[in-house]
Amino acid sequence: MSDFLRAEFLSPLPPPPARGKSWREKLFGDARATAITLGLLVAAGLLLPPAVRYLFIDAVWTAPDGALCRAPGAGACWAYVAAKLPFFIYGAYPQPWRVNTAFLLALVLIVWLLRPRAKYKNYALGGFFIGLPVVGFILLHGAPALGLPVVGTNLWGGALVSLIMALAGMTAALPGGVALALGRRSKLPALRWLCVGTIEFVRGAPLIAVLFMANVLLPLFLPPDWAPDRLLRPLFGIALFASAYMAEVVRGGLAAVPLGQSEAAAALGFSRWQGLRLIVLPQALGAVVPGIVNNFVALFKDTTLVAIVGLFDFLHAIETARLDPAWAGPQIALTGYIFAAAFYLGFCLAMSSYARALEGRLAEARR
Amino acid sequence: MVLVVKKIVLALGLALFLAGVGARADTLDQVRARGALVCGVNIGLAGFGLPDDRGSWRGFDIDYCRAVAAAIFGDAQKVRFTPLSGKDRFTALQSGEIDILSRNTTWTQSREAGQGLLFVGINYFDGQAFLARKARNLKSVRDLKGASICVQQGTTTELNLADYFRKTGISAETVVFTGGDEALKAYESGRCDAYTTDGSALYAQRLKLSAPDDHEVLAETLSKEPFGPVVRQGDDRWFNLVKWTHFALLDAEELGVTSANVESLRESQNPEIRRLLGADNDFGAGLGLSKDWVARIVKAVGNYGEIFSRNLGEGSPLKIPRGLNAQWRDGGLHYAPPVR
Repeated sequence: MSDFLRAEFLSPLPPPPARGKSWREKLFGDARATAITLGLLVAAGLLLPPAVRYLFIDAVWTAPDGALCRAPGAGACWAYVAAKLPFFIYGAYPQPWRVNTAFLLALVLIVWLLRPRAKYKNYALGGFFIGLPVVGFILLHGAPALGLPVVGTNLWGGALVSLIMALAGMTAALPGGVALALGRRSKLPALRWLCVGTIEFVRGAPLIAVLFMANVLLPLFLPPDWAPDRLLRPLFGIALFASAYMAEVVRGGLAAVPLGQSEAAAALGFSRWQGLRLIVLPQALGAVVPGIVNNFVALFKDTTLVAIVGLFDFLHAIETARLDPAWAGPQIALTGYIFAAAFYLGFCLAMSSYARALEGRLAEARR
Repeated sequence: MVLVVKKIVLALGLALFLAGVGARADTLDQVRARGALVCGVNIGLAGFGLPDDRGSWRGFDIDYCRAVAAAIFGDAQKVRFTPLSGKDRFTALQSGEIDILSRNTTWTQSREAGQGLLFVGINYFDGQAFLARKARNLKSVRDLKGASICVQQGTTTELNLADYFRKTGISAETVVFTGGDEALKAYESGRCDAYTTDGSALYAQRLKLSAPDDHEVLAETLSKEPFGPVVRQGDDRWFNLVKWTHFALLDAEELGVTSANVESLRESQNPEIRRLLGADNDFGAGLGLSKDWVARIVKAVGNYGEIFSRNLGEGSPLKIPRGLNAQWRDGGLHYAPPVR
């Protein structure tokens, strides 16, 4: 009666191999794998040598100005990057040691926080969310009482601005996002509507529009002494943006935690907040690590948008420096963009590889 | 209903805006109280305003800011530079965020009559020009008949070019590119016989070619692009101060007063130089400045010729000829009223 029902059993499939395939079997196991491997090898063979020649062999490593880099056949002009490096990192900041100290402090705290089995993490947490902003502000902005002259934000630039934007955005995004996500699930209608409105409004407007509004409209409507600093305006915009996007990621995590978890916490005598803090949130955040890191990576690259409001972030510092008539030449723009790509790639790779390790650890813990 | 709300919001905004403007009538007093001049500059234009290796600003427009600071404080370092994009440069000035806009801004009627701005004068006469290979040996733009010309899309340069061809009846092929760098690349690869944009930018673009010396900028220009510093309307004293800083730079060059000889020329017997440097009379008081205001300016940044040469002319990699920007005695257009 039915042609689509099988009449007899299929022969059983062979059992999975006891050990994984060797590299040779993987790469050249059958005709298809061999063809793909060889094709990719040929492509690499065609693309890599010119790239290596351009980046290293023909590159100009030291030069007093752009004359050597302008010569026909010259490759990447690393001498230009070396000459402009202080500008790329600090902008016009007059005392680099203050920036270096702040960078170092941030680095120590981040490594401390991210090491799996580091001790006294509560101190690191406090240091990162309270100590770092305060000390960083005193170091970078200055405190005449402590002998640190004030450095106006118009002198800040380069990687300094990019990293401040990214760090401030990330530092604000996690607590802000959790708060907005919890508010969105709240039973109090006014609070819920406020959070939903904020999230939807911020996600609905392009970041460029927010930056322009903050930069152009705020000073028009406020007396000149009230208008926030030119660095703070985009900082607020970015923090708000990152929080709204983070809120939706966190909401996804909260939805993934079964209701039974909070009920069980209540049954064990946890208060609402304890249950949230100790039972629900750790599971929710753990479930959405890829989403959080994805947001951080996007945020880090979005910081380049502040260039349109006249801030010299890392990318814009490179874009500006390539106009310098002393260095201008056919290879300068390309060299600058390669350097910028390496910078952003390095940071984003570091973030995503840490996230992969974290996911692995969380998966192990769940098993 | 929506219209009414809109009107109320607009009125409220305008009232706040006017209140803000009214609160800052005297710019000079504010600059003195602040201890620094705030100057709006380009976010990066070779020769006009660009941070150097250490991030400190250099350029033709920058030196104009430093000249004003030197006139007020006797110290050319007392300037804060606010880099502004083309979009927010005028709002920054209107809102009082900056004291002067010194940012290669073209003087046009609508900007002055419609936006509450005042141009203090023309400090650089620019115009749309052409870059071509020296080997072609072009004498004028008319020799480009039948040639192909690279131009950036959606700019006034593209429109000027079309206007020019229509006016003169010359036929030439226009090749349009989305970005300036792409257009330059196409020109270098031989896709076009000439590349056109503003003259001041062409000299900087030329340096991006692999053999800059094989290319020349034609002297003839298509359009008028007069650049000058801009201030807000409603503060005549400040307007005068910036305007006369500009004239003082030109007068100093005309009289041969340079940063090197300004100290020794204080004893000069030439009455014009004595007046300029405030040896006898006090011409600074009317501007709210000291007697030796011109000497302060020239000592700090040099005269107009020195500023031009250092940033744009022979003393810089750009090597822009003075052309229209020469003094009136040398066949240029710069003609400053005297200090007396």
